[in-house]
Amino acid sequence: MTALSERIIRVFTTTAFRLTAAAVIALVLAAALLTGLLFRQTNSILTDQVLSALRAEAQLLRTDARDGGTEAIAAKIAALSRPDGTGLYFLTDARGTKLAGNLNRLPPELEVAPQGGVFRYSPVRGAASADRLAVAIPVDIGGGNTLIIGRDIEEQRAFADAMKRTFLIGFGLLSLLGLAGGLAVSRFTLNRLERITATSRSIMEGDLSRRIPVEAGGGELDALSANLNEMLDRIEGLMSGLREVSDNIAHDLKTPLNRLRNSAEAALRDPRGGEAYREGLEGTIEKADDLIKTFNALLLIARLEAGPLEESLERFDLGALVEDVAELYMPAAEEDGFDLSVETEKGVEVMANRQLIVQAIANLIDNAIKYSRVSSANGAIRVTSGRLGEAAVISVADKGPGISTADRARVLKRFVRLEESRTKPGTGLGLSLVAAVARLHHGEIRLSDHAPGLKVDLVLSERVVMHQGPAARSKGQHVDGGRTAVAAK
Amino acid sequence: MTVEAKPEEKTAMRVLVIEDDRETAQFLQKSLKESGHTADLAGDGETGLGLAGEGTYDVLIVDRMLPRLDGLSVIKTLRTNGNRTPVLILSALGEVDDRVKGLRAGGDDYLTKPYAYSELLARVEALGRRTVPEEQQTRYTVGDLVLDRLSHRVTRGGEHILLQPREYRLLEYLMQHAGQVVTRTMLLEHVWDYHFDPQTNVIDVHVSRLRAKIDKSFDKPLLHTVRGAGYTLRDGAL
Repeated sequence: MTALSERIIRVFTTTAFRLTAAAVIALVLAAALLTGLLFRQTNSILTDQVLSALRAEAQLLRTDARDGGTEAIAAKIAALSRPDGTGLYFLTDARGTKLAGNLNRLPPELEVAPQGGVFRYSPVRGAASADRLAVAIPVDIGGGNTLIIGRDIEEQRAFADAMKRTFLIGFGLLSLLGLAGGLAVSRFTLNRLERITATSRSIMEGDLSRRIPVEAGGGELDALSANLNEMLDRIEGLMSGLREVSDNIAHDLKTPLNRLRNSAEAALRDPRGGEAYREGLEGTIEKADDLIKTFNALLLIARLEAGPLEESLERFDLGALVEDVAELYMPAAEEDGFDLSVETEKGVEVMANRQLIVQAIANLIDNAIKYSRVSSANGAIRVTSGRLGEAAVISVADKGPGISTADRARVLKRFVRLEESRTKPGTGLGLSLVAAVARLHHGEIRLSDHAPGLKVDLVLSERVVMHQGPAARSKGQHVDGGRTAVAAK
Repeated sequence: MTVEAKPEEKTAMRVLVIEDDRETAQFLQKSLKESGHTADLAGDGETGLGLAGEGTYDVLIVDRMLPRLDGLSVIKTLRTNGNRTPVLILSALGEVDDRVKGLRAGGDDYLTKPYAYSELLARVEALGRRTVPEEQQTRYTVGDLVLDRLSHRVTRGGEHILLQPREYRLLEYLMQHAGQVVTRTMLLEHVWDYHFDPQTNVIDVHVSRLRAKIDKSFDKPLLHTVRGAGYTLRDGAL
């Protein structure tokens, strides 16, 4: 099969073509029905007119025959009969002898139809002319005579035929044009779809940067193309995120693995023997532990991003939990010479994963402590929690070096550690884990300037905040001022 | 100086390790033996269930993913049959809900792979001691340090020591496990009920504050740091 015939076959099999063909067939059927009705109606109106004219004339002729007798009517008919007129007459006496008229004989069609009807006749003028169509009725004039009067209706019939032909040609043309239009539309659609198919195929083959052409028309196909392109943008974003992650894993897991290997090798080569082996092995275990931490954090983030953990939801007081976690860190912060203060709004109950919220708060405080150590100013960490409209928010603010606006979006990504912190311990996954915990609770993480320092807000959506009656809420608005040194139990 | 519970005397425990990885199982068997315990091995869930059903073990170490019968089913079957032997679940699945599932199935403790042997040993010894009904004890004594669980009073050599509520619970846990090594994660899990790995040495600071209160003004230290493992509260040398 040639490519061209294949293309043509494909055009005929497109949905657009099939829809067009169906529409055209329906139109033609409707038109044929309409034409048929119209034709019948016109014909019967015309015939009725002729018949009523004939009946009126018959009435006059009957009067003439009654008043003047056979001679008078014969003379009248003879006068009326013109060889090429539309009026047709045939008068005979009782024996069947023609007395007057322009018809040569009684038409055979009328012999079997005594009430009159349609018949064909040959005009007297020339033998060459064809049969013509006429309609006739008998007239009872008495005296044993027979009179038939008729009208030539060939002209009317010709008019009706012409009308029928015009309609048929019109509909033929209409169908052809409709089909051609359908073909053109399906061809156009097919071309667009072929371009979309070709693009998606090349995307499947790995070229994620390809996009489906969108035309200015703004029709449904353009909307579809735009949507598909948007979806492709998202997929490409996710893919590049994934690639970035695997690159980072390669870097951030391979580097410590290599360090671990190096330290084991160095210990093995150490001429001191025993003691050096011991140190080397201890170092190896320490480095392995760091790797395990990184690995666990990665797995946890991946798990959190995979979907909800409905089974482990608990209902608890957010403020009490925040105070509890802050209390865990207070001695460590004080040891480092800075102040860790906590302030919570009472009565904010949430339905959330307690362990994950604990870990998120701990990560934020861990970070705050780590960065407060770097800053020369006397560090102060402030941990707060409370309502944010219908939602709830936990904030940790420090007076460390902060994060520039440009870097803020970047640090939420896995493994991103700003240059100045690369040398510090940590997995580089702390904030991404907090972000994953926030997303799991339909919330988000917001970084802002604490001038100086960084403020991180962990927002939990109103979907996890337990709604209480208005009385309980107003009672819960009390804010616990100042520092809570130790949460009393 | 009287020692009531004699926790310093390490009692040898019989441990059953149900683990399908031979290398891990043999490592555990050898290490436990070196720590003064005896360990039997079972390579799959069915064998493990059969051995554990005899009821002669002090602690069971059960891997979660086992051939023939998985770890959680082994534990559930044991518990249904009324076997109360303490179980430490070992698992590569360390996510939030896996721990919940493991403990719900009847496990007593949950340790995620990879783990430090010192962590495992500390937990196994803590579980083995559970057979003594600790909860009924109203008074803990280590050397001249006394903790009264009814009055929440702590004294050393008759001298009253004032503790913050959290410090009290920290000491209570250490005294419950006197003579045993208690790891940082065990403290975080049991005193705070948190299951995560802090980057900062938060536990060390809490312990050193407690130590300042119970040990500083006395000759003989009771709260010791065990290098590479954790802490232990005991009367006498390590």
